[in-house]
Amino acid sequence: MIHAYQLVVLIPYAAALILVAVPGYRVGAAANVAAAAATFAAGLWLVVGEGVVSDYAIVDEFNIVFIAINTLVGFTTALFSASYIGHEIETGRLSPSFVRFYHAMFQAMMGSMNLSLIANNIGVMWVGLELATLITVVMVGLYRTPQAIEAAWKYFILASVGISLAFFGTILIYLAGQPALGEGVPAMTWSLLQAAAARMDPAILDLAFIFLLIGYGTKVGLAPLHAWLPDAHAEGPTPISAVLSGLLLNVALYALLRFKMLVAGQPAALDPGPVMVVMGLVSLIFAAFMLYQRRDIKRLFAYSSIEHMGLIVFAFGMGGPLANFAGLLHMAMHSLTKSGIFFAVGHIAQAKGTQRIAEIRGLSVTHPRLAVVFALAVLAICGMPPFGVFTSEFLILTTTFAREPWLALLPAFGLLIGFGALLMRLQDTMFGEPVGPAHRVSASSVPMVLHLLLVLAAGIFLPPVLVAWFQRAAELLG
Amino acid sequence: MLNAFAAQSITLALAVAWAAWSDDRPDLFITALIALTLKGIVIPVALHRTVARLGIHREVEKVVGVGAALMVGLALTGLAQALVLKVATGMASHAREDLALALAIILLGFLMMIVRRNAVTQVVGFMSMENGLILAATGARGMPLVVEVSVAFSVLISLFVFAVFVFRIRERFDTVDLEALDRMRGDGR
Repeated sequence: MIHAYQLVVLIPYAAALILVAVPGYRVGAAANVAAAAATFAAGLWLVVGEGVVSDYAIVDEFNIVFIAINTLVGFTTALFSASYIGHEIETGRLSPSFVRFYHAMFQAMMGSMNLSLIANNIGVMWVGLELATLITVVMVGLYRTPQAIEAAWKYFILASVGISLAFFGTILIYLAGQPALGEGVPAMTWSLLQAAAARMDPAILDLAFIFLLIGYGTKVGLAPLHAWLPDAHAEGPTPISAVLSGLLLNVALYALLRFKMLVAGQPAALDPGPVMVVMGLVSLIFAAFMLYQRRDIKRLFAYSSIEHMGLIVFAFGMGGPLANFAGLLHMAMHSLTKSGIFFAVGHIAQAKGTQRIAEIRGLSVTHPRLAVVFALAVLAICGMPPFGVFTSEFLILTTTFAREPWLALLPAFGLLIGFGALLMRLQDTMFGEPVGPAHRVSASSVPMVLHLLLVLAAGIFLPPVLVAWFQRAAELLG
Repeated sequence: MLNAFAAQSITLALAVAWAAWSDDRPDLFITALIALTLKGIVIPVALHRTVARLGIHREVEKVVGVGAALMVGLALTGLAQALVLKVATGMASHAREDLALALAIILLGFLMMIVRRNAVTQVVGFMSMENGLILAATGARGMPLVVEVSVAFSVLISLFVFAVFVFRIRERFDTVDLEALDRMRGDGR
């Protein structure tokens, strides 16, 4: 009997194998959507089903949040990419054989991310994340332009170094767990490590956490280690930018949080909270200032992703049920909104034939419907009510204010700076004399509208079931 | 340089094989075999061929001078030793040494990636880091083989990715010197 948690990994991998052999991009795109839909269904089944703890897999209240977001956004991105990629073939930026490769890689990446999320073994989790990273490297270089190759190379070097350091941290965790759990597989198993956290060697645990924070922190895009992120977002195909921002950063964050739970379980080890608070704040404020100098629209939103990941890491660093709840909620809202924005940016780039902000003017005149959706999405990510991002940002700031009034000023300051920059750029693109070409957009607008509606719904009314679910997850985080 | 990497990999294979024999863990022989064939022979030969085909023997550009790089390398090795010896007080002495050595190799690989601006040397630096990781993994007694095999596997994939990129970089820029890449900043700063 195959269980749902096996399906979320097996369906994408099987689909990848099949998609390699499927000629013709229309069939391939349809199969891609079908596979993503099946994975999403399996994800939903997991949400309503029972938790699982086996030797190699774990499904609990905490990672199910991530799996749900992952499969949902994977599905909508597949929908978006089906219509987007057709346009890329028509304009000759991609050849059909590349698209076949692209679809197979997309599924393999989804499978690897899901593998990383359900793994109950710190080694397997690392392997999943590494595979997903390597696949995205290839995807970022897909257009084969000099810029794309530079971006992919930079991404590859930084991500490999990060992931190597994370692996060293993983080995150290194993060593730290050995005195309590003995040799072999048990000392690499989450659930067992978690239970034995208090008996782990605190000194090795400290060292391990530093390596893990730097290693996985590179993948999350935390400030001094973020250099790969804007380039990788800007040069790859837009659906990949959406998946990078919306999902891959989350998976890395998930790994980091799991280890934080471990370290927090050993009172003699260092307190991971303050370290994460500092790194989060540095990323948030740094990225907010960097937003002002961006001239490429995808880079702009890539920096905005760094900003929000900083805020999320800050929230989890603060810890406690309320801040964790707000952090989780913000992560979910950011995933949905940011991938929605990237869908809209994909439309805009196709409509105007450029990603340069200076050459995108007067959208409200030439593409009124697209302009409205894009403007709403940008306002949502800025944290304007009534969208869900407002709710989560408000929660993060108020809970910080209640505990450390002075500390709350810093994230508030960073968010305001970022808000100003995004609003300024939004105005640039919306109004003024239209310049340059104005093509008709063929890509489907269903995914971005759907994301925006979900974020709006969450902002207006958060169903009690969802609240209770996130609360349980937040409690697990401690 | 490539020969040094091959020698490092073969030494690693020997170390792992010795660990397999002395700890009586036959599964480690597989790891040793992978290190020997893949990293000791296949990858260096493949890279030698790449280098010969691209004709880039004389293109090794350094950011820092040899002397300075050597000093930094020494300092990093010392740091690794001091750090591990201080932290890992509760471990068996040979495991501790293993870990210290592994950390030193990782940091040196890191250093190599930073001071050489050439795509091929960065590849070698990265794989040297991976060697350090495998040493650390075998030094940790009883770490499951699953992980080691997958590391070897991922190294293989990385090589593939590297190869693709090295060729593409060559194709686009007529050089594998990464300085050429730095001219292309997509953001037009």
